[in-house]
Amino acid sequence: MRKREALAAALVALGLVVVLPALNALPDGAPLHVSNFTLNLFGKFLAYAILALALDLLWGYAGVLSLGHGVFFGLGAYAMGMHLMLEIGAQGVYRSALPDFMVWNQVTELPLFWRPFKSALFTLAAVVLVPGLAALVFGFLTFRSRIRGVYFSIITQALALTAWLVFNRNELNLGGTNGLAGFKTIFGFRLSEPATQRGLYVATAVALVAAWLLCRFIVGSRVGKVLVAIRDSETRVLFSGYSPASYKLFVFVVSAVLAGVAGALYVPQVGIITPAKIGVVPSIEMVVWVAAGGRGTLVGAVAGAVGVNWMQSWLTTSYPDLWLLFLGALFMAVVLFMPDGVVGAASRGATMAADAVRRAAGTGGTRALAAPGAPGSRMAREP
Amino acid sequence: MTAGAIVYLEDVTVDYDGFKALHHLSFYMDRKELRVVIGPNGAGKTTLLDVISGRVKPAHGRVIFGHHTDLTTLSPDRIAALGIGRKFQTPSVFPSLTVRDNIALSLARPSKGVFASLLAGDGRDDRERVEQALETVGLEDKAEVLAGILSHGEKQWLEIAMVIAQDPELMLVDEPVAGMTDGETARTGELLLSIAADRSVLVIEHDMEFVRQIARTVTVLHQGTVLCEGPVARVQQDARVLEVYLGPARESAHAGR
Repeated sequence: MRKREALAAALVALGLVVVLPALNALPDGAPLHVSNFTLNLFGKFLAYAILALALDLLWGYAGVLSLGHGVFFGLGAYAMGMHLMLEIGAQGVYRSALPDFMVWNQVTELPLFWRPFKSALFTLAAVVLVPGLAALVFGFLTFRSRIRGVYFSIITQALALTAWLVFNRNELNLGGTNGLAGFKTIFGFRLSEPATQRGLYVATAVALVAAWLLCRFIVGSRVGKVLVAIRDSETRVLFSGYSPASYKLFVFVVSAVLAGVAGALYVPQVGIITPAKIGVVPSIEMVVWVAAGGRGTLVGAVAGAVGVNWMQSWLTTSYPDLWLLFLGALFMAVVLFMPDGVVGAASRGATMAADAVRRAAGTGGTRALAAPGAPGSRMAREP
Repeated sequence: MTAGAIVYLEDVTVDYDGFKALHHLSFYMDRKELRVVIGPNGAGKTTLLDVISGRVKPAHGRVIFGHHTDLTTLSPDRIAALGIGRKFQTPSVFPSLTVRDNIALSLARPSKGVFASLLAGDGRDDRERVEQALETVGLEDKAEVLAGILSHGEKQWLEIAMVIAQDPELMLVDEPVAGMTDGETARTGELLLSIAADRSVLVIEHDMEFVRQIARTVTVLHQGTVLCEGPVARVQQDARVLEVYLGPARESAHAGR
């Protein structure tokens, strides 16, 4: 079972990292050719999948529901966006070394906090460290004060609202409502080149595989069990000699860093980041992806992020007015009919089918004896 | 029997917004002693356990564990690591983990920090300790079952096994037989007596039948202080105890005989 699962994961990873970009590299009109548009769309979905993994690690395992993960996504995205803005240099509309929106706002000198983002290395470090440190401070204050459950969700929601309001202000010198856009190059490569976009796609796919492996490692270790135990009974964890606050802080920081990386990979592929992407609504949408896919499974988070966004890109082009209605209906349907999401429902269906087959095959003799244990072991196998 | 106290509370007061849950309480327990604390509702029995296990910080007084460790400044996880295990009144286990994992998580370890848990796996020795704890409470057959589907009594035993796995010097047990059948109650009594062979055990109990089964020394709490202390037979005859507690309870105890 384990082996088959690893094989399936490896095949999916191979498909995403190697096959899809290889098909894109085929000449136009060749059979199986994947268009630049499709590959770019998938690059965005996979960045979202990293974000969903981050949320699932926190919510699905530790039971800590963050309604403010757009903020950490945004911090990574803005860090990358600032570097890309500075790479434009004097190629902007105003032919100034400053980003266009600063010229527009009559800023004459590059603000101090922008300067280090000229360095690509500093930017890559900031993509990880800024969301990580923000989560460390925020998490330390909230978990130490024993804020949990619904109260934690409400506070993170407030964080998302605050961040949205702050990033909207022109005084912050981060582009206000219009955000950061108009990027030309990334680390010297032209963003308009299909090869650059293909490279970005591959980087995102590799990052997703790495993020998945990291999450698997964490939930497979004793930390993963402590996290589930915290979800079940935080008091028992505390009186068993563990500090739940430290565990929650750890997983919150890891989750925020993954969200930041997702944001940094999103920006060059989509070409714009605005405060609208980091506020309350996007933060809740992420939760819907994870819920729809199946929380506490990791695979479900990836499937949910890709599936829901795929549907969104199809629905918003065909029936632009219906998308939000559909998203709401999807969330209600999941809550009512599939509380463990698509993956949970599928694995339950699979075990039921397997049991039915076994019973039909008449190997029930020994199993009947083990009956009291059987339902438990069946549930134990479910994620 | 080793000399000296395992836990020693001196002049402890716990104040809940003016209500004194414990009022200048002094309490002393020997090593390897099995002590039962009884008392009417609101006497401060559970608060006594809260103070020792670090859940509640007293407004006044000292709580000394072993020779000289003051517990009043420590967090519950630190106190657990020092060797004080606690079994709650309502079964408190991890329903989404297997019985085996429940116990494995509780095992005493050199470090229960995040990074130790991330990198160190369970050795053969750890697995043996889990097996021993399973055997002690008779849950070997249910090791792979999710704790959530155990019966009420089995959950109580699982939690006791989890506390045993912590290898505590002092075990605090809050009403272990509440909601148990007579058979389960008798088994739990034997279990606690066997545990008390190598550890100090402090039990809070309401069920007088059960108290008579396991108790050597009984402490009676009333309004946050010790009313009287001694062997069960003598405590039951004490006029003050009869007045505050055993009076109403005596009839039901007789009825149970």
